[in-house]
Amino acid sequence: MSETTAAHPRSLVLRQKILNAAIRYAMMVLLALLLFGIILLISGKNPFQSYKDIFTHALGSAYGFSEVLVAMTPMLITALAVALPSRLILINVGVEGQLYMGACFATWGALTFQHLPAWALLPLMVLLGMIGGSLWAFIPGYLRSLGIVNETITTLLLNSVAPKIVSFFVFGFWHSPMDTDKTAYFVPAARLPTFFGTRVDLSLVIVLVLLVVFWFVMKYTRWGLEIRAIGGNPQAARRNGIPVNAYLVIIMCIGGAIAGLAGMAQVSGYYGLLLANFSRGTGYMGFLISWLSFGDPIGILLVSFVVAVIVTGGNLLQLTQGLPFAVINILLAITLFVVLARPTFLKEKKS
Amino acid sequence: MTLLSILGVISSAIFSGTSLLYTTLGEVIHERSGIVNLGLEGVLLVSASTGFAVTSLTGNPYLGVLAAALAGGLTNMVLGYLVVTRNGNQLASGLALMFFGFGLSALIGKPYVGAKINGLPRILLPGLSDLPRVYTSLFKFDILIYMAIPAAFLVWWLLFRTRWGLSLRAVGENADTAFASGRNPRLIRYQALFVGGLLAGLGAAHLSIAYAMNWTEYMTAGRGFIAVALVIFSKWHPLRAIVGALLFSAAVAFQLLLQSSGVHVSPFLLDTIPYFLTLIVLIAWGGTRKHAAPASLGRVYHGTE
Amino acid sequence: MPRPSHLQTAQIPLIAMRGITKAFPGVLANDGVDLEIFRSEIHALLGENGAGKSTLMKILYGFYRADAGQILLDGEPISIRSPHDARNVNIGMVFQDFTLIPAFSVAENIALFLPDLRAVLDLKEIHRRINELSQRYNLQVDPQAMVSQLSIGEQQKVEILKLLISNARILILDEPTRVLAPHEVEALFRVLDGLRKDGYAIILITHKLKEVLECADCITVLRNGRVAGSLPRSEADEEKLVAMMFGKELAGLKIDRKQVRDESAPPLLELRGVETRGEGAETSLKAIDLKIYPGEILGVAGVSGNGQKELGDIALGMGKCVRGAKILFGQDVTRLSIQKVRRRGVGFIPENPLTMAVAPFMSVLENMALTQTWRYTCLGGMGLDWQRVRTDVDSTMKKMGFSFSLYTPARSLSGGNLQRMVIIREMTHAPRLIIASYLTRGLDVQSTIAARQALVQARQSGAGVLLISEDLEELFTLSDRLIVLYGGKIAGTFKPEETNIYEVGHLMTGSEVQHV
Repeated sequence: MSETTAAHPRSLVLRQKILNAAIRYAMMVLLALLLFGIILLISGKNPFQSYKDIFTHALGSAYGFSEVLVAMTPMLITALAVALPSRLILINVGVEGQLYMGACFATWGALTFQHLPAWALLPLMVLLGMIGGSLWAFIPGYLRSLGIVNETITTLLLNSVAPKIVSFFVFGFWHSPMDTDKTAYFVPAARLPTFFGTRVDLSLVIVLVLLVVFWFVMKYTRWGLEIRAIGGNPQAARRNGIPVNAYLVIIMCIGGAIAGLAGMAQVSGYYGLLLANFSRGTGYMGFLISWLSFGDPIGILLVSFVVAVIVTGGNLLQLTQGLPFAVINILLAITLFVVLARPTFLKEKKS
Repeated sequence: MTLLSILGVISSAIFSGTSLLYTTLGEVIHERSGIVNLGLEGVLLVSASTGFAVTSLTGNPYLGVLAAALAGGLTNMVLGYLVVTRNGNQLASGLALMFFGFGLSALIGKPYVGAKINGLPRILLPGLSDLPRVYTSLFKFDILIYMAIPAAFLVWWLLFRTRWGLSLRAVGENADTAFASGRNPRLIRYQALFVGGLLAGLGAAHLSIAYAMNWTEYMTAGRGFIAVALVIFSKWHPLRAIVGALLFSAAVAFQLLLQSSGVHVSPFLLDTIPYFLTLIVLIAWGGTRKHAAPASLGRVYHGTE
Repeated sequence: MPRPSHLQTAQIPLIAMRGITKAFPGVLANDGVDLEIFRSEIHALLGENGAGKSTLMKILYGFYRADAGQILLDGEPISIRSPHDARNVNIGMVFQDFTLIPAFSVAENIALFLPDLRAVLDLKEIHRRINELSQRYNLQVDPQAMVSQLSIGEQQKVEILKLLISNARILILDEPTRVLAPHEVEALFRVLDGLRKDGYAIILITHKLKEVLECADCITVLRNGRVAGSLPRSEADEEKLVAMMFGKELAGLKIDRKQVRDESAPPLLELRGVETRGEGAETSLKAIDLKIYPGEILGVAGVSGNGQKELGDIALGMGKCVRGAKILFGQDVTRLSIQKVRRRGVGFIPENPLTMAVAPFMSVLENMALTQTWRYTCLGGMGLDWQRVRTDVDSTMKKMGFSFSLYTPARSLSGGNLQRMVIIREMTHAPRLIIASYLTRGLDVQSTIAARQALVQARQSGAGVLLISEDLEELFTLSDRLIVLYGGKIAGTFKPEETNIYEVGHLMTGSEVQHV
């Protein structure tokens, strides 16, 4: 990297930092494996057999691995939806609600424009999903920029409202003749295309592209510099002439749009229909993932991967070993606890 | 709209609002000491399942209530360890606790799904027994309901008229000042979490042992988050929480009233009204720049050297 | 160690600190310090910023633990490991930033520090005790008032009451007069005098020579963490103390008083009837009319909290004018954003650069680019021309005469260096108007001189400077013209040579000007 394109020359310090980060994440993975084993033992299951199952089916086979990717994708998107605003020290806990609204708007598109071909309908649904999520994030963002209310509270409140709005539409107008709590399957044109007979759909590609864009913008562009300045010291940034309020609102809306995209991907790709209360904390999990990785794109990839493996593995063990799903939640939570408690071997070395 | 139906609305608001009030009171105590408990949903579930399980095992609902309260206090200790001792981020720790609660409560409650229990007995206030049966059935309340409003007054008294309450509020406003006055902010926060957890546990107990009298996963249906909103709505004041809890649960009851009058509004939309109300109230205050929140709410306390 | 002559040598000091040493990463704050405090004494601890006064007192109060040394109470060694221990031996401290809880009432704040507070609060009793004490020492304040509604002077009274009611006999006051107006300072000294007569020992941490000479019995001067000297007031005078504080002649600042200001040129900045709605009645600006011409420094005096910050903010473009107009370089910019105001050539140097002007975790170089990102962008915002940033910064550093490494994170610089960095940044593009708001607050002497020189340099090259400061000496030395703000209004306009500190001080506190 030449000196003219970056503000920091490549140095030994940087390489050391990456190494430290890698060690930390590796330790987290090992920890998760260890805890998993202990919990399996407590539940009376054989940990070694379980690991064997996971490796052969989940990680060993192509289809199994694809299932991990399927679980990982929504978490990646929601984590990104949290990570971008977090650079401005905006706490977007509202991903859960923005997710629902994105799904809602996208569903409306799917149901209303059934006659359109896929190449028109899908982008339309993406757009609608992003608009829905963005709208849901606009109100908290705007209120925050006016200095009236903290976005943590407003987004939490709106989180509770969004699923109810979705339920309203589903139960009231959109439900299929057979079930009251979900719509009928979307027309094929409204479904995100999948790859090679797996359930991995286009949204994975989209989010990977977005992650790269995010990384590039933050590191090299003028907007990235200004965003980091605001995140570092909003008061100073304001005095230095950076339009802080504009950034607060716009970035919040973009975060919402990304979460809305996640919602669209859930209904168009994963489920193929809109189910009331379809998200059991996907948004919150994204929040946790982003927070654990300090909003860093590579960290988000790694942490999402680990969580996805745990979840997929758990699903698998539910079938092969009769493990109740509740244990997976406990395992996830305990892994999170350990990282949150910051034991010394996971601490970042201060240079 | 007859008198009976109005009374019915009030009665059902009181029934469903009681667990909300206890939970809100608990969260008031947490937040007054400076901690936001986003894991309340998980705490409630663990308490509810524990209370239900104990009631089912022993056949004694009072033991179940006690167990639920204790479970709430103890579950909060996990949050305490993360946030107070390890200086973890409050929001993230709370959410992690929520997932933990999802899992643990499912495990505890699994053997008892579908079980039938003796719920808390319902008693009529003396003096009302002369009224016709149709009225008395509406106002036969269990002991937790009768104690709900006194509990709110007790919390008020604790916070504003005792030394412990002064210390707790001081920690929530400025932990360094509290430390400078010779107090231990960490210990006080643990205490706040425990007491608040007891109250939340009572709320959860009412839900599974008295109100619904069963156990299903995720049965608290967002009450933990409602409580967090209610605390803000009540400006962190235990007495205003009574109004808030009634208002929120009245929305549920209001639906019944509308339905019985033949007016058809989606229950889901009605459910959203309390949240919008809270949002409007927040905006109204923000405009006048009145900050009633404890000054250190959400902040990590790093001790001095 | 010389002691005040009115005390006999037989008396043991109430508090004796012997050989106190305390090191922090990178700095030796206290190096073998000895200090003796007697009953019925006001002892001034003098020294400039960073001399180690605060650290020493925080050790006495139990906030820090000394690496080496002893503390003796009435001759007996004691161990103070926390403020709790300090309060047990009746030591109390009032910090610079008051530790009052705004949401609590006066009584609740004081109750928090009562050693014998009952488990169930008896508010009436507490009110009674407060009133008793406050009458006795002239510290009147309403026990039921909410602290957030008290003035700074009243809040200080509450802080002192807090100490008294918890039976403190040794009072440590850290820079108590920093936020007080001259007559409030005198009131404070009367209170301290009353306390001293009752046997209290009072330690005043300060850097204000005149006050020390006025009220202290005994003075200890710290410099660079060591005791530079300790003497009774009778033997002290300004020159001796200055010599002890700085160890050398203070390099004065010579200003060329020759009129640089071009009277015929149009003003750079003009405020006409400007009115704002601030947080309080005191801070909102009312009917402000002022002009700044090229080549002049306009000083703004006033006690903190009378609208100075708002004036600086309005000039920059932060905050709205409810009424009135702002004319910059001849054009109406009343509604213009800060970004646009800066683009026209306005620089801003605030106090406390770490919180007000700099992104702490970004490198120095990145911080330099922050105010002018539009100037350095290429590819429509997709990239930044760091080469040009470096060139511009280098040339300014040469002009100003100091430099630092560009790639370290900003927060690793000291306060003085940070301020110099900010000055370099603001001066790099030759601004025509500079708004300097308390820019030397908290700075060491060298950095203060450098900052003032930068302003003078700007003035010489024809720029205008709005200098907002709480340091009357600074204002009198640097300003071509001086205005006084009180309650958001301009209470007076002068040339420095036409007035004196007391006249200005009276205006600062709203009292009538005494014509001598």
